[in-house]
Amino acid sequence: MLVKKKKKKIYFLSLFLIFSIISVFLILKSLTNNILYFKSPTEIKLSDEINFNKKIRIGGMVKKDSILIDSKEIKFIVTDFKNELIVSYKGVVPNLFSEEKGVVAEGKLKDKKFFVADRILAKHDEKYMPPELQGILKQDAK
Amino acid sequence: MINLISPSKIFKWIERLMNFINSIFFVVLIIGLTFALLISPPDYLQGDSVRIMYVHVPSAWISLASFTCIAILSILTFLLKIKNLNLISKSVAPLGLLFTFLAIVTGSLWGKPTWGTWWAWDARLTSMVVLLMFYVMYILSLKLIKDEDKANQVSALIAIVGLINIPIIKFSVDWWSTLHQPQSINILNGSSSIHSSMLFPLILMLLVLLLYCALIFLMKYKTEIIRIKKKNVKRL
Repeated sequence: MLVKKKKKKIYFLSLFLIFSIISVFLILKSLTNNILYFKSPTEIKLSDEINFNKKIRIGGMVKKDSILIDSKEIKFIVTDFKNELIVSYKGVVPNLFSEEKGVVAEGKLKDKKFFVADRILAKHDEKYMPPELQGILKQDAK
Repeated sequence: MINLISPSKIFKWIERLMNFINSIFFVVLIIGLTFALLISPPDYLQGDSVRIMYVHVPSAWISLASFTCIAILSILTFLLKIKNLNLISKSVAPLGLLFTFLAIVTGSLWGKPTWGTWWAWDARLTSMVVLLMFYVMYILSLKLIKDEDKANQVSALIAIVGLINIPIIKFSVDWWSTLHQPQSINILNGSSSIHSSMLFPLILMLLVLLLYCALIFLMKYKTEIIRIKKKNVKRL
């Protein structure tokens, strides 16, 4: 029913697509470490070789009641609810930086428990809601 | 069947459709903007910068949808050689490019006050740039290659290869850790983590942008048909 030429084309196209999907998959698979924008505290704990001189990004939740601010620096604990990492940072944090919110820090590891950041980014979650619903703004204002 | 979608028959339908869209577009636009900018509440965390989402999210959806559309049409053209499909994908491409660009720019504007940076090379943002490059390559191949058959073939191939990027964009936030937040609206199980007072303006703005797309698409499609008709006359 199908003309021979068309059959050939369909074969060619599906082979081509399968081949390219597999190759893209393999490329992405081998690059996973570079594609990950940040590492979680657990990934840091589990990794064997860590270059302490190389800049990396770590991310997770800011632990509740863990933010300490003094005149020189701000210290807080990043957690992924399994492992924790202490982060110290000198500078201005983004507006959305707060407890129990996502955060990404760029900097160097001192050891597996202590991270010195030179840039802080706030990670927004996927929830959008009006302030009345949350009542958070009122609590913050006190 | 093929006669039904033949360019000459569809000509008067384009006119009618364009008139209809023209008559309702500005009404829907004003309603959409009123909801997005005035009636909808600010976000509990982001404040008023949440309003950027009402353009950003529909733009991103449209950019993905139109590339998928171009790629599927390209596969069909590759197999069936229907000229009309080519004209359709040719007319969709500039819109896709525009909305990819819009999604990236609005995202960047939103990122500065929210994340604290204009740009981050995370998986979602990078794959969107790749999509932008595929659009540029697709359009350039149509414009630069003089031989029409060859141009159609090359552009179709670019679109088919670019199709692989679409699921990567979609699932990048699930597969890898990214700065970009995961999806808020799950169409499959109908759940959404966007409050209904913000979801409604979002859908309204999607409607506005879709109407705009339809209008520009019809104009472009009409031009392409006219161009083909002219060519045939010259050949006679």
